[in-house]
Amino acid sequence: MDVFGIRIPPVFSLLIWITLWEVAGQMDLAFILPPFSAVVLELFQLIARADFQSAAWLTFQSFVIGMGISIVAGITIGFLMGSSRMANSILGMWVNIFASAPLSSLVPVLMLLFGLGQTTIVVTVVLFSTWIIALDTFAGVNHISPSLSEMGKSFGASRRQLLTKVLFWAALPEILAGIRMGLIRAVKGIVIGQLLVSVVALGRLFRTFSDNFQFEEFWALTIVLFIFALLFSSAIGWLEQKVEYYANTRF
Amino acid sequence: MSTLSMAAEPVQADTQAQDNVVEVRDITKYYGSDIHALNSINLDFPRGQMTTLLGPSGCGKTTLLKIIAGLLEPTDGQVMVNGKQVTGPGPERAFVFQDFALLPWATVLRNVGFGLELTNKPKAEREAKARHYINEVGLSGFEDKYPHELSGGMRQRVGLARAMAVNADVLLMDEPFSAVDEQTRRKFQEDLLNLLAHEKKSVIFVTHSIEEAVYVSDQIVLLSPRPGRIHSIIRPEISRDSSPEDIRRDKTYLDTIEEIWSDLKKYLE
Repeated sequence: MDVFGIRIPPVFSLLIWITLWEVAGQMDLAFILPPFSAVVLELFQLIARADFQSAAWLTFQSFVIGMGISIVAGITIGFLMGSSRMANSILGMWVNIFASAPLSSLVPVLMLLFGLGQTTIVVTVVLFSTWIIALDTFAGVNHISPSLSEMGKSFGASRRQLLTKVLFWAALPEILAGIRMGLIRAVKGIVIGQLLVSVVALGRLFRTFSDNFQFEEFWALTIVLFIFALLFSSAIGWLEQKVEYYANTRF
Repeated sequence: MSTLSMAAEPVQADTQAQDNVVEVRDITKYYGSDIHALNSINLDFPRGQMTTLLGPSGCGKTTLLKIIAGLLEPTDGQVMVNGKQVTGPGPERAFVFQDFALLPWATVLRNVGFGLELTNKPKAEREAKARHYINEVGLSGFEDKYPHELSGGMRQRVGLARAMAVNADVLLMDEPFSAVDEQTRRKFQEDLLNLLAHEKKSVIFVTHSIEEAVYVSDQIVLLSPRPGRIHSIIRPEISRDSSPEDIRRDKTYLDTIEEIWSDLKKYLE
């Protein structure tokens, strides 16, 4: 960003918003908006609280398990769709429907099906993120130059070798992009899902805070979630960058 | 120079006695039900020689090469390698691709050793072999580079080294130089001939360049298009002992090019 020819680091815009927030909070404009400094103070207290820690741990655990399942399922579905026309016509429609459907509406149904525990959170994550991973993997498989698989076959690769030594790596840039999209969707899913269900883990904390007008705590929790999503997403971004050199130079 | 003109007839009878690395019998290929790519091709590829499939686009030369490689299935007919019928890819044949088909995420060393990696050769053995052939194609010092760090000509040298490293009897080359610039191409042709001279490989080479075919080949198979048939087989008798400059100025070389050109001209609209 350039203002009057002076380079301004991107963090600066964040600082402006934080300042605005602080000023608005100090002026006591709205009861839902406490000053930023109060939120930050609360953030540290929140992190130390036992109920937060157990809720965060439960959410995090479910998130990781759910992502693990969606990555495996998504890549498998994507490869099936990419390598067989029949699988594509059978699965393609469903994957596209799920990838674009407003899944949040399904969360209460999931709660009925899977109860009020960790399973519901895991299923929510899987439901939100699998389809985009499948679609991106499919795009990646379609992108593979035919001569690369001919090369594998001509040098005697078995089906397994072709998949694990050639096709998977050739589709990896798209797969990683899909995982990152899936991750973002899963965070959304977990937040929306937990707010809707709001009887387990962080969702319950959210509910308690907003019901009791504890807005310092509420915002602190939101910030924690933002940071969590950002960290995950940049971890994948870093991985993506490592493989980018060949994504851009594929021939 | 002897020119044997024949249209879709079996190749001359005296090849019975000759040692052929690849024989193609009555190969016919349809794509779908209406595209007739190849019509009853019979061909012998003598061991230790370089045979070029030459013809205008649409004559099915790449199709024929991929059928020999086992990458495409013929609609009818057989491919014999070392006297045995084959139906898929095999270790006695190695392919060099027009677009190189290198693994972009692997170093030159791993790319060259990839054929050996697929047959589960121990790492030390395949790396030693790979290093040997990297050196043979003039790429030593580039072992740890990635394909995108190399020029087009160097990438194809990697493709060639990979094909040599699996120690196949016959190299199948699909327009290997069409994606590299003219200077690189000439240098590459010369290097290829040198390399083949002491590796004693048989080569089946597809090209659409008449000069290239005449320069590198012991036997040129001219194909005519729609459907692909054998138009004629030419054996340019040019001494391989002369220098590249002399060959390119040689009268037989130039006459052969002219003759093929006048033959192929009629297929152009």
